[in-house]
Amino acid sequence: MIVSRKPLSLAERFYLPAVANGFKVTWRHFRRTVFEGKTAAGETAGGFHPEVPWKVEPGYRGAPYLVRDQEGHTKCVSCQLCEFICPPKAIRITPPGPDGQAADRKNAEKMPRDFEINMLRCIFCGLCQEVCPEEAIFLQKDYSLSGGSREEMIYNKERLLALGGTHSGTQKWKHKLEEAKAQEAFPVKTP
Amino acid sequence: MTDLLFIVFAGLALLCGFLTVANPFTRSPVASALFLVLTMVWLSGLFVLLHAFFIAAVQILVYAGAVMVLFLFVIMMLDLREEERRQWNRFGVAAGLIAVAGLLGITVLTVVRSGISGETEATLEGTTPLLGTALFTQYLLPFEIVSVVLLVAMVGVILLSKRELK
Amino acid sequence: MDWTFLIFTLVKIAVVFAVVMTMVAYAVLVERKVSAFIQDRVGPNRAAPFFARYIPFLGPRLVRWGIFQPVADALKAILKEDYTPAHVRKVYFWIAPAIAMVPALLTLAVIPFGSQIGSQKMVIADLDVGILYTFGIVSLGVYGIVLAGYAANSKYPFLGGIRSSAQMISYEISMGLSVIPVFLLVGSLNLSDVIGNQSGSLLNWHVVKQPLAFFIFLIAAFAETNRLPFDLPEAETELVGGYHTEYSSMKFALFFLGEYAAMISVSAMMVTLFLGGWTLPFLGLDQPAATIGMGLVHILIFLMKLCFLLLIIIWVRWMLPRFRYDQLMDLGWRRFIPVALANIILTAAVLAFVRS
Repeated sequence: MIVSRKPLSLAERFYLPAVANGFKVTWRHFRRTVFEGKTAAGETAGGFHPEVPWKVEPGYRGAPYLVRDQEGHTKCVSCQLCEFICPPKAIRITPPGPDGQAADRKNAEKMPRDFEINMLRCIFCGLCQEVCPEEAIFLQKDYSLSGGSREEMIYNKERLLALGGTHSGTQKWKHKLEEAKAQEAFPVKTP
Repeated sequence: MTDLLFIVFAGLALLCGFLTVANPFTRSPVASALFLVLTMVWLSGLFVLLHAFFIAAVQILVYAGAVMVLFLFVIMMLDLREEERRQWNRFGVAAGLIAVAGLLGITVLTVVRSGISGETEATLEGTTPLLGTALFTQYLLPFEIVSVVLLVAMVGVILLSKRELK
Repeated sequence: MDWTFLIFTLVKIAVVFAVVMTMVAYAVLVERKVSAFIQDRVGPNRAAPFFARYIPFLGPRLVRWGIFQPVADALKAILKEDYTPAHVRKVYFWIAPAIAMVPALLTLAVIPFGSQIGSQKMVIADLDVGILYTFGIVSLGVYGIVLAGYAANSKYPFLGGIRSSAQMISYEISMGLSVIPVFLLVGSLNLSDVIGNQSGSLLNWHVVKQPLAFFIFLIAAFAETNRLPFDLPEAETELVGGYHTEYSSMKFALFFLGEYAAMISVSAMMVTLFLGGWTLPFLGLDQPAATIGMGLVHILIFLMKLCFLLLIIIWVRWMLPRFRYDQLMDLGWRRFIPVALANIILTAAVLAFVRS
């Protein structure tokens, strides 16, 4: 559809009314800030950033961490999909190898020997969370990471698991197992 | 003091003028244009020494500030590498030398025939009103002719650049 | 050679330079504060040297007003790594920031910033062609930007350089044409005479006599200093940073300071040409000072007018959006130049009628 542009009126073509309006708006904000002491941060958060920490809303997508399931087991199965999809190549996974440590939960073949995220490279895009078939990595609430050196900013598996905590959501393979077991009997009971 | 400044300005103008046409370090047209700007600036210094402040200011305003910016503008739009690759052209050098020699001859002849000595004082002592009066009374016809020539050039340029639009 | 003349001129140059550089630093602070206030923020309020908290009452307030911020900014600019990208044209890359900075400062040489202290006139060079000198130097300001764009040898700075050269040449014409009526009224190109012509009454100020000229000059000044709404050479949203994309550290700071110095010099020109310079039309403040105190008052008046204009220029940046490039060219060539020409003819006709 072609939207025809309205021809400007004479006053609009002189541009000066727009200048006057601009001054009105800017002066209103200037007056509010200077004479009434109202600022955007003061109104919404009650103060400024370092003193009054920002309240993270649910659904915020900050730094990606690994999570454990409700029984405290590692959910990651070292499939390396996140490593492949990561746009800034921030994730590095060391798989366990043929004779490495077995997974610490049922229904999983393996778990990573090490899992490193370089937080200096990570862009918090969330592709790792989307691609993960095991729901083992989630973007969580931390948004302001800092460290004294570059090495310190490479988070390893223990650190990521400790920061990630327990995932309270679905236990995908547990439900799959229950479904499979339910289907062994006939007729199938659907919930 | 004035003599010393004259030597400095004249020397720098000559040096920059030389570097404009025959820079031994680079053949980049941008460098040439910039040295031409510097030549203009030193020339205006010479005008100041002659107490021709108006001419000096206009020299910088028009030549260094406007004309050379347009030169630079055009040069930057062109493919410079082609220019840097170009070799000396025997016909071009010969023609250039003849042109320069001719101009030099005319200048020297005029100066010698006019019979001015090194001691000449400026007759229009700098002030702008005097210059304006002279332009609009004594030299009115040449002034108007130059204006018409410039106008014709302007119209011609517009016609040339707009020819394909119609 | 007159030695007192030389010494006094050197002192004047040093003082003007020091004052202008301080004003540049604090203009940046004002810019940040004003922008913050207009956008419901508070602006820089944390830079605090160790002694600030020992000053009784005033210390915390100075910190909150950001008085120490320019010092921190300057230290940061000097201490940052001066990075030269591998693909730039080195010579031009190094001289461009200096060329951008110098013309803005040279312009101030002919501005009369006060009447006189003792027998010394408060102007560095009282030229008879003052305004032509100013325009000549202002027209050289474009080289810094064009060279920076060319030296960077990459797309965005190049586009910025091209845009700025076209923009500055165009607006120089309307700027030059807009002041001609003023000089028709004055009858001299000397800026001290321009101020003398505006003494007596508020109605003698050229902003009252020639409002159209002032209007065109003001807008052309925005374009000449590359400020919003005409900051197309460095338009962040389109050209990353325009001509100074590839610069860092002190070289970038020179461009930045150059922009503010140009703002100050163009404001000083406007004060001189249109707002009566160092004069005020009451309390006998429009006559050359007899005492040193009055001389200082005149300088103060000049600085206050200057700060007022700077505030307008800064405020407009946060008020209006950027023009499109064709709108900018259209405004310059097809609106301002004809209007300025008509203004010249009208003024000349009225003057001829009145004087005959």
